[in-house]
Amino acid sequence: MPEPVLKVNNLTTRLHMEQQVIAIVDDLSFELHAGKTLALVGESGCGKSLTALSLMRILPHPPALPSTGEVIYQNRNLLTLSEKEMRKIRGGRIAMIFQDPTSALNPVYSIGEQLVEVAEMHLQLYGDDAMQRAINTLAEVGIPSPQERFFSYPHQLSGGMRQRVMIAMALMCEPDVLIADEPTTALDVTIQAQILDLIRALQKNRGMAVLLITHDMGIVAEMADDVIVMYAAQAVERGSALDTFDHMAHPYTQELFASRPAMQQAKTRLHTIKGSVPSPQNFPQGCRFNPRCPYVMPRCLEGAVPMFPIETKNHHTAKCWLHDKS
Amino acid sequence: MNPSLLQVRDLKVHFPIHAGIIRKVVNHVHAVEGVNLDLTQGEVLGVVGETGSGKSTLGRAVLRLVQPTGGEVLFQGNNILSLDPVALKQFRKHAQIIFQDPFASLNPRKMILDSLGEGLLYHDVVKTRAAQKERVAEVLAMVGMPADVMWRYPHQFSGGQQQRICIGRAISLNPRLIVCDEAVSALDVSVQAQILNLLQELKETLSLSYLFISHDLSLIKYLCDRVLVLYLGKVMETASVEELFRNPRHPYTQALLSAIPKNHPMEQKKRIFLKGEIPSAINPPSGCPFRTRCPYAQPICAAIPPKRMVVDSTTGRKDHEYHCILE
Repeated sequence: MPEPVLKVNNLTTRLHMEQQVIAIVDDLSFELHAGKTLALVGESGCGKSLTALSLMRILPHPPALPSTGEVIYQNRNLLTLSEKEMRKIRGGRIAMIFQDPTSALNPVYSIGEQLVEVAEMHLQLYGDDAMQRAINTLAEVGIPSPQERFFSYPHQLSGGMRQRVMIAMALMCEPDVLIADEPTTALDVTIQAQILDLIRALQKNRGMAVLLITHDMGIVAEMADDVIVMYAAQAVERGSALDTFDHMAHPYTQELFASRPAMQQAKTRLHTIKGSVPSPQNFPQGCRFNPRCPYVMPRCLEGAVPMFPIETKNHHTAKCWLHDKS
Repeated sequence: MNPSLLQVRDLKVHFPIHAGIIRKVVNHVHAVEGVNLDLTQGEVLGVVGETGSGKSTLGRAVLRLVQPTGGEVLFQGNNILSLDPVALKQFRKHAQIIFQDPFASLNPRKMILDSLGEGLLYHDVVKTRAAQKERVAEVLAMVGMPADVMWRYPHQFSGGQQQRICIGRAISLNPRLIVCDEAVSALDVSVQAQILNLLQELKETLSLSYLFISHDLSLIKYLCDRVLVLYLGKVMETASVEELFRNPRHPYTQALLSAIPKNHPMEQKKRIFLKGEIPSAINPPSGCPFRTRCPYAQPICAAIPPKRMVVDSTTGRKDHEYHCILE
């Protein structure tokens, strides 16, 4: 196995909320490899976006407390770097694209100015060089007539174009790691197909590692090599995309898949997960899925559940007592 | 065959664009451009299309929430565009709408009781406060919420619960038609499943008809009986759901279906990548609006394409309609 580009060990992020300290990302570990895509999957509020923000160290303090654990990039722990050193990596070596390009782009600067700023900060390119680089990157992400678009403001572009600008901004410095937080949720299916294809092509050419955050199993099927399913701030299942789709092991993953309309016979009753996602203040004791789980057992009700290996393949694990072989 | 509930004939909605100090009308946005549709009692008609295709405007125009520029909307045989205020109030009772964002469509300062009960009093469904409470409790039970919910405020509920309340408000007046404008698009998969089940149940018990507007083809496939594919305000193709997914005839429908993400990592999918994006509705292309992105476009597409009817393999009748020069 080649050396991972980014290695995350026991990442935990705590939040100060209503006089309580709550872990909103709980003991998460994973590795990102060059040219591979890892998908973080889960419903709203399970902590997938907060994981990304913790990696980039852009959570507001307070309410968030500094993350604990390790994020190893080029033999350095990003969590202990000074803010000055972190700024060189953030946006340059590790780039991020957000769900909503409208709020991620600055409305009072033209997209050219925003791209040039990145070139100045991370690539030490100035003047015409910076502009040329920005225009080349815009052309690369498939924006027609980039020389003219360079002077446009975000509101003059459509949603798909804005998303491309954000991807251009993220890719200008040829990052090693791209964190894509719901990159296509706000887009139409036809534009979504274009954007996913673009990310795939750029990843192939440059060997980026991609951390893809999504709630859409279809996008996981399209893009992912490996999958981590998150529930209530914890990873509950991890494995290759094929293993996850073919041998889903954790009851939550099974239920989540079963409730997709795409998987069902039309007009039959959809399978639903009983209850609702607990809020961080009320995470249940023991397995956090136990109040909603169809296979709940007495030992699910207390104590932490370890990750158990699933027999089918290597590296496929699930946080569930059902897979306890001892 | 069930009786027809809603018939739309050549519906047009144009929005004026003003400019200058005297707000002169300089141009129009052609949001809906000659749409025909039929919705029978108890049917679910899906409307699918990209952003800017006029789906939501169509949904609002059939309820007369926006004033159409031309055409006819017949609800149980009456043209709602020429109704007088008294008759329009009657019509409002029979046709309701559910929006995408439930939090934005509930007044944050009003208790659920007031949000749900206002329409009941306004339309004289109930006469007294006591009767109003009784009916609100009944409606809440129908959407799977306990009665004490009525004393609470919208922010105290999750998105799925808020959407249940909005559905409750829509059904409280015993409507015949509900327009669901992206009603489940903002919800998580597991909550979405619950709301879809609820819509399905209510449709059966109350014999409702839905005009289900969505950009998500998997929802359309699951819930709808027939589908209307809209592009730049024009109907591209109409067919039963099974037929449309099995045998799409219009190049736009084919491209749209091919863009749906895979269901399984090993699934092989042939993609038709569309160039560019949906053109502006201010100056839509002449003839077939799709011709600027169509892989099969030819010079003759600049003229209005012929309407073709083929046999729909599900209904067995010749009612699979599409507008294209291709056979």
